[in-house]
Amino acid sequence: MTDLTRMTATEIAGLVASGETSAVEVTRAHLDRIAAVDDRVNAFLHVDSEGALAAAAEVDARRAAGEELGPLAGVPIAVKDVLTTKGVPTTVGSKILEGWRPPYDSTIVQRLRAAGTVMLGKTNMDEFAMGSSTEYSAYGPTHNPWDLSRIPGGSGGGSSAALAAYEAPLAIGSDTGGSIRQPGAVTGTVGAKPTYGGTSRYGLVAFSSSLDTPGPCARNVLDAALLHEAIGGHDPRDSTSIPQPVPDVVAAARRGATGDLSGVKLGIVTEFAAEGVEPGVTAAFRESVDTLAKLGAEIVEVSCPHFTYALPAYYLIAPSEASSNLARFDGVRFGLRVGDDGNRSLEEVMSLTREAGFGAEVKRRIMIGTYALSSGYYDAYYGQAQKVRTLITRDFTAAFERVDALISPTTPFVAFPLGARTADPYQMYLADLFTIPTNLYGGPGISVPCGLSEGLPVGLQVMAPTMADDRMYRVAAALESVVGTFTPPAL
Amino acid sequence: MAAISREEVAHLARLSRLAVTEEELDTFAGQLDVILQAVAQVGEVAAADIPPTSHSVPLTNVLREDVVVPGLTPQEALSGAPDAEEQRFRVPRILDEDVAS
Amino acid sequence: MTTTLPAYDEVVARYEPVIGLETHVELGTNTKMFCGCPTDFGGEPNTRVCPVCLGLPGSLPVANKAAIEATIRIGLALNCSIAEWCRFARKNYFYPDMPKDFQISQYDEPLCFGGYLDVEVNGELVRIGIERVHLEEDTGKTLHVGGATGRIHGATESLVDYNRAGIPLVEIVTKPVPGTGALAPEVARAYVTELRDVIRSLGVSDVRMEEGSLRCDVNTSLNLPGEEWGTRTETKNVNSLRSVERAVRSEIIRQASVLDAGGRITQETRHFHEDTGDTTPGRSKETATDYRYFPEPDLVPLAPDTAWVAELKAALPELPRLHRRRLQEQWGLSDADMQSVLNAGAVELIEATIAAGATPAGARKWWLGELSRRANEAGVELADVGATPAQVAELQGLVDAGKLNDKLARTVLEGVLAGEGSPTQIMTNRNLEVVSDTGALTAAVDEAIAANPDIADKIRSGKVAAAGALVGAVMKTTRGQADAKTVRELILERLGAA
Ligand SMILES: [Mg+2]
Ligand SMILES: [Zn+2]
Repeated sequence: MTDLTRMTATEIAGLVASGETSAVEVTRAHLDRIAAVDDRVNAFLHVDSEGALAAAAEVDARRAAGEELGPLAGVPIAVKDVLTTKGVPTTVGSKILEGWRPPYDSTIVQRLRAAGTVMLGKTNMDEFAMGSSTEYSAYGPTHNPWDLSRIPGGSGGGSSAALAAYEAPLAIGSDTGGSIRQPGAVTGTVGAKPTYGGTSRYGLVAFSSSLDTPGPCARNVLDAALLHEAIGGHDPRDSTSIPQPVPDVVAAARRGATGDLSGVKLGIVTEFAAEGVEPGVTAAFRESVDTLAKLGAEIVEVSCPHFTYALPAYYLIAPSEASSNLARFDGVRFGLRVGDDGNRSLEEVMSLTREAGFGAEVKRRIMIGTYALSSGYYDAYYGQAQKVRTLITRDFTAAFERVDALISPTTPFVAFPLGARTADPYQMYLADLFTIPTNLYGGPGISVPCGLSEGLPVGLQVMAPTMADDRMYRVAAALESVVGTFTPPAL
Repeated sequence: MAAISREEVAHLARLSRLAVTEEELDTFAGQLDVILQAVAQVGEVAAADIPPTSHSVPLTNVLREDVVVPGLTPQEALSGAPDAEEQRFRVPRILDEDVAS
Repeated sequence: MTTTLPAYDEVVARYEPVIGLETHVELGTNTKMFCGCPTDFGGEPNTRVCPVCLGLPGSLPVANKAAIEATIRIGLALNCSIAEWCRFARKNYFYPDMPKDFQISQYDEPLCFGGYLDVEVNGELVRIGIERVHLEEDTGKTLHVGGATGRIHGATESLVDYNRAGIPLVEIVTKPVPGTGALAPEVARAYVTELRDVIRSLGVSDVRMEEGSLRCDVNTSLNLPGEEWGTRTETKNVNSLRSVERAVRSEIIRQASVLDAGGRITQETRHFHEDTGDTTPGRSKETATDYRYFPEPDLVPLAPDTAWVAELKAALPELPRLHRRRLQEQWGLSDADMQSVLNAGAVELIEATIAAGATPAGARKWWLGELSRRANEAGVELADVGATPAQVAELQGLVDAGKLNDKLARTVLEGVLAGEGSPTQIMTNRNLEVVSDTGALTAAVDEAIAANPDIADKIRSGKVAAAGALVGAVMKTTRGQADAKTVRELILERLGAA
């Protein structure tokens, strides 16, 4: 019979609902695939075969009992290791949480269970989501299924690689500066960052609280929309959760799939053209712009003068919040403790624990954030960055008075070779050049495959106004209806 | 000139409870300098009269009713503890006195 | 210390003290500040915790509406302005009793600010400026093991219980209070006392200093007349009203002795010791801690709208000082009498007893007299002595109606305290009612006269004072149920001495 791991989530759910296959069969097929390829991809930090098969069996039982199943029931899913899973290891890609089994589930994971999806395991990531290549994981890098010598993007490289390697049809990521969209782009998959507050952060191990946004990853736009719908919506346990229904992203994806964008006005950000974008990326982007125009979209240039300062503002705000969020990793209540020999003081043990438990990039950001928040520097750094954030938000607001959505390449460059940028941390930061403004503004953004450059995937980003997530799905689905999805060479 | 000295980095490490090694100090000093030079660009923006943004959601007064909800059992609470004693979290002797609330 | 300290009076004659008080009040909400865990006192360690108040990775705070309202009410009662818009802030420092290694507090945007509280000292009104009233979360409790008597020094390890972590804590900071001179210690005490009464009257906290639900830090500085204010020290660990007064006094004396010796006061945290009544320096930090405050991104701003605040304001009770004034006038008490009522903690009880029909004098007599004595003996609060205001009112009613004399009334009260029922029931059951029927009395009187002829002769010969002995005899035969006055009259009448 046809290979279940090659199917879309929609197809799998259909087969399970009709009884042509069982959730258990589907799950087995994906667990086998993981067993076959993950030693080379390293997308998973933890595979929960037992839990997955049990969850699948439950779905089959509910179906047998004649229960109405949701649109994603029986579909396997990979969850970024940044979300707490009750009783299942949650490390955030860090040594400091090695072996920690949270006593509670994140809201997203609860909703995934309720939707009948089957969690296969937890995926690899840059430690504490701080990175753009998944090379900063304490558990070794994830390899890009398109070329195992290259990075899968980051910080959510594990989730996107799992999709590209057909280890899972769906995945969850979290996007603070591009950690869903950017890996999506370089692995030829779809990654959507919902409106900040549109998906719950409860149980999402915090990196930068005012920017972190969990969201869906999939191999096609409709699957991403279905997942978005399943996890989105108000959560009273998250004070920053927006008390409004999720925009109808599924309808928007279906509408976009008809390939009609007439009446839609799209803006290209002038300032982005100036940045050092690889020619191959520019070419693929230009081609997609023509395609979108052919589908009826009106294309205009819009200037967002402060986007130039998004990167520096982000690399002040995110580390500042991180320096505070990561203070609790002190070896007192959970996780690693080092150097407690009965003589050393708590202060020494704390410092030794954090020194041993955190990787270099995390330490760098903690120190940058501590610096930016220090009384002497607060106004010039953190305070000023927050003002720039206001100006960037105003740029977006002004732009959306003229256009329905903004488009850009998702990343300036395609997947680069492992190790190419680790020597110079700031070079790594440049990977998030085009994704960061959206996080500072709080709006939604999606990356959809738009072509290849030297055989490697290129992503196109659609940015929409806050709580207008449906718009980006419509545009992305329309482009997908022409360029289709992309399949990496066999592993 | 450098945005940050090796001594400042050492101080930051202490503030951050990171027992960094001498070698790390050398590497970090250089790297943090590059990063700080770059992020200092925010200073170029004229923003004196611009209000800062701390939250991107336009929400206020998000409050919960004063109703008890079940929490964790002591076993669950202590399940991740590196060390526990008498149903409490055990820590080594403390040097600093409480900075207090 | 070998150097003998200067005398207080002599010191305050030369130096002008400036005081300031920082008070923390644990709110009596059902749940913690940012999670649904219960706040009840005591309990096994780590039994009132959840991912939020344990600071587990991924957990998020959601503010308790009741705590916000309680804080606004405290602010209003202290004549503060209520912020139209304010945010919580993170106060960053590493300490094991703080689960997140930062405290959610408020920094430059307090919920309430710019108020005052009038307190009475020796009949004088002193206005204490209130700088700010803000909301924050309490820490857990750390048990120091291995050292001497649970002290942190010499301890080999510490054990942390997070039951208290996250309980809403209101911080009330006064403006500096100059110009109180020698009265500074009493002003400090009067302020904390009045603040406690105000908060208690709002019903938002039990404000028990001994249980730590009211904690006080005292700032003190000295300066010479005409010179600017001196360097202040912050005295912590002041756990009773008496200690507030003693702490200020001893710190004034200590600072004076330092200044007299030509030394300078170092800005530091000092600890007050109940036993010795003096203060010792805390672990002085060479560099002031930088808490790196920044707006709490996990909590959205507070913006109490005017309608909400007005609603809370309308529901405020009468302030204790004004309430006491009104009662004192209604009851026609001297300041001294009123003070004894306050000291006995009998205000509410007397109020209720009067409401139940007793006269102010009657109500006061029982609560301050017999019942206070009983409460002291039993070592319980007056309110818990075992008699209700209604019962006391009923008892006094029986006395006023002449059905009981004081002695009988006290016997009845015993019955009440023993739970034998209402005063009337007890009176009838034990048959304690005053005998008013003169027929029966006359018989008893004649009996007594017959039994004591010599005393009777004395009375007949005009030695009226001797009647006392016969009265005693009659009271004896009537088991004290006769009215002594009536008995005396009858005796004199029978012996023609009337
Ligand atoms: Mg405080
Ligand atoms: Zn709790």
